[in-house]
Amino acid sequence: MGVEGIGASVVRKEDRRFITGKGRYVDDIKVMGMTHAHFVRSPHAHAKIKSVDTAEAMKMPGVVGVLTGQQIVDDKIGNLICGWAITSKDGTGMKMGAWPAMAPETVRFVGQAVAVVIAETKNQARDAAEAVVVNYEELPAAADIRAAIAPGAPQLHPEAPGNVIYDWTIGEEAATDAAFKAAANVVSLDITNNRLVPNAMEPRAAIAEYNEPEEHFTLYTTSQNPHVARLVLSAFYNIAQEHKLRVVAPDVGGGFGSKIFIYPEEMVALWASKKVGRPVKWTGDRTEAFLTDAHGRDHLTKAEMAFDKDNKVTALRVKTYANLGAYMSLFSSSVPTYLYATLLSGQYNIPNIFAEVISVYTNTVPVDAYRGAGRPEASFVVERLMETAARQLKVDPAELRRKNFITQFPHQTPVIMAYDIGDFNASLDSAMKAIDYAGFPARKAKAKSEGKLRGIGVSCYIEACGIAPSKAVGSLGAGVGLWESAEVRVNPVGTIEVLTGSHSHGQGHETTFCQLIAERLGIPISQVQIVHGDTDKVQFGMGTYGSRSAAVGLTAILKAMEKVEAKAKKIAAHQLEASEGDIVIENGEFKVTGTDKSIALPMVALAAYTAHNLPDGMEPGLKEGAFYDPTNFTFPAGAYICEMEVDSATGKSSFVNFVAADDFGRLINPMIVEGQVHGGLAQGIGQALLEGAVYDSSGQLLTASFMDYAMPRSDDLPSFKLSHTTTLCPGNPLGVKGCGEAGAIGASAAVINAITDAIGNNNLEMPATPDRVWHAIHG
Amino acid sequence: MSTVKLTVNGKAVSADVEDRTLLVHLLRENLNLTGTHVGCDTSQCGACVVHIDGRAVKSCTVLAAQAAGSNVTTIEGIAKGDELHPMQAAFRDNHGLQCGYCTPGMIMSAIDIVHRHSGQLDEETVRTELEGNICRCTGYHNIVKSVLDAAGRMKVAQAAE
Repeated sequence: MGVEGIGASVVRKEDRRFITGKGRYVDDIKVMGMTHAHFVRSPHAHAKIKSVDTAEAMKMPGVVGVLTGQQIVDDKIGNLICGWAITSKDGTGMKMGAWPAMAPETVRFVGQAVAVVIAETKNQARDAAEAVVVNYEELPAAADIRAAIAPGAPQLHPEAPGNVIYDWTIGEEAATDAAFKAAANVVSLDITNNRLVPNAMEPRAAIAEYNEPEEHFTLYTTSQNPHVARLVLSAFYNIAQEHKLRVVAPDVGGGFGSKIFIYPEEMVALWASKKVGRPVKWTGDRTEAFLTDAHGRDHLTKAEMAFDKDNKVTALRVKTYANLGAYMSLFSSSVPTYLYATLLSGQYNIPNIFAEVISVYTNTVPVDAYRGAGRPEASFVVERLMETAARQLKVDPAELRRKNFITQFPHQTPVIMAYDIGDFNASLDSAMKAIDYAGFPARKAKAKSEGKLRGIGVSCYIEACGIAPSKAVGSLGAGVGLWESAEVRVNPVGTIEVLTGSHSHGQGHETTFCQLIAERLGIPISQVQIVHGDTDKVQFGMGTYGSRSAAVGLTAILKAMEKVEAKAKKIAAHQLEASEGDIVIENGEFKVTGTDKSIALPMVALAAYTAHNLPDGMEPGLKEGAFYDPTNFTFPAGAYICEMEVDSATGKSSFVNFVAADDFGRLINPMIVEGQVHGGLAQGIGQALLEGAVYDSSGQLLTASFMDYAMPRSDDLPSFKLSHTTTLCPGNPLGVKGCGEAGAIGASAAVINAITDAIGNNNLEMPATPDRVWHAIHG
Repeated sequence: MSTVKLTVNGKAVSADVEDRTLLVHLLRENLNLTGTHVGCDTSQCGACVVHIDGRAVKSCTVLAAQAAGSNVTTIEGIAKGDELHPMQAAFRDNHGLQCGYCTPGMIMSAIDIVHRHSGQLDEETVRTELEGNICRCTGYHNIVKSVLDAAGRMKVAQAAE
């Protein structure tokens, strides 16, 4: 291995442009002749649109056009879709209501676009939007799950009676019920998984440009998966044909899932650019992000766990209501079903599981995948139950988990997943050691003597990531395959370009992907360039989410690389008059084993392109492509333990220590992996202590800015202690599993378990604000 | 419209802007200095921090006209040619950034923190003083490390000057 190969904490190549202010985000781009869009948005959660008067706005300075929802319908632009079909327990399909990109008749959440103003400057568009007069007839709203399913609740979509989108189940109901009847002990919990706002620091933005003579569109957008955006915009939304649409996602300032989806704004920008005959730019502001970016989580769950007399788990029963908001976003239906209920076995050997998930419409922003997407919700249910059970059964929480850990692999759970490998004891041991678990009772006693409440909380998570395989997701209702593609181009001078369908928005692909090439060829990463995020450059790709870039994307690069190496070895053998089987690659040279004969990579590359002296019949050039579709998900897992102190006078919780022990398989770049874990932990802790989207009963979002929504800041978080244990993933040749979501999946249960341990009251909802904790202490 | 004259990154500039124009928009739209970012509407996130006459300021809270006559330094103006500012180098070496969007504001705030504490910093002080800047990627762990590292580097750099 070279110093920049796999396993080295190489400093990131991409950083120089970011730390010098030379990053190129969508809002940094200017296009000749560009106009600016500002949306007119509904102030009501539910209302009929009686009229839209654009006459005054049209007369305002700089206005190029004012376009309405009715016009977008008249132009036959398609409704937004959900691309993952879920079937209810009665065999019927999910009940999807129509979602036009701008509302022509009815608005169903505050912030839904009704019209758009296009003007020469952003301020002119904003001013003119104030002059658009929309006459609404307010309708009663259902702003949360309970209100939406109550008898006589306001109905959002005629397609979904009772606001129920689907009522889905997984597992064996009768066997689970029987196990509960036979149980020695049953533990039950009502759990609210609070609604979150992703809040990537870069607001969403789009620049759309229509080239009339070519009938061609270009869209610069803040997307995690530009090819999927192009596919959906062309196949379903009737915006442009696929070969007449280029989607570019340049530097993207964070995504966390919220930039996977196709939103109305980029559709409207594309459509409007043709309508007004000018490029159109839209940059969302933060309040628009709160009002229109897909939110995350928002579950109400009743969960029960059955134990036999030896404290072995015999069954798990879960009933979850999931709020999907006012419309079904692109992947929304998969999040509370196949990404959630299939992980309810956690790290435990549970013979019987039955889960029912009822998804409902409410007059709120659509809800979709947010960091972890279903897995944090599942992990929270399982780990809160485990902790509660330990307290109820009066056994040590770590030991109860250990007793129930899966130790034989592969392991088939009752809810689809087949875990390939893991060592849950190793992670737990590592975390317990790091936090000095054995010494906790003494620390708790000391804290008590000082008038403080001290608690410790364990959380042992597992996730299914590296999202693929295509056949599996297809059988579960996905509308797309989830493979990945790559192309490796060795240029005639020996430099290398790697084109990938993965998309980097902070994950450091430009470094880690180069490390694979450096490892294989023994060359410095400066000789390699990663190309991504542009549908005109990269043949196809499925983007970055679900911690899939290493396990799926990087493996695709490896597959292409293997083809390149095989051809290069043939060329080298020919040049060196040696046998192909004797060629080895070392330090950028192709060597004949056992001799001092060698030829450097640039000379092999040059030979491939000059083609003066290649083996007979060989095609010139040295570039290869590959598609890779794995046969299983990957299963990162770990143990998090958090020690907290609570001030009973104020209800404020403070961290004493937070340790994270993860098993991600092989680490490509440990420094980057740890950074990903830190970020995930911050989001998991944010959910546990601070964050929560709050609607009032009329459907107004009360937390629509950073003044009202508590984002974790530097003094809210501790420094984290990380460690890694390793079982190599057998499902891909690199042995990697994925690390991006782990922190967000495992952290929240650790925090809540610690606080509830400290205060001796098990009933505490997230976010555990000082006010809530104080009431939980004092009743 | 008014003409605003100021010095940005050592260069005298002048721009015709609407009276309501904020400094951040003058920098980004008129001067094409797009390293300074806008992350919120309420001066909460700090992605837009620049230095005005040597002090860290959120450039979305300042009208362009208010900055007339002042010396503004942006993220584009802190490196000496190819040589990174010690804070920039520390962020890179400690993996103090991921998506990079909050990073320019974070670096500009961090430099000011180090200056104000004459390099005498501990973790708690850094965490308290950075609370005006939001990062969604790093969990702050490596940002705090970067600032503490840079405090040492800046001291050394100062001593050398």
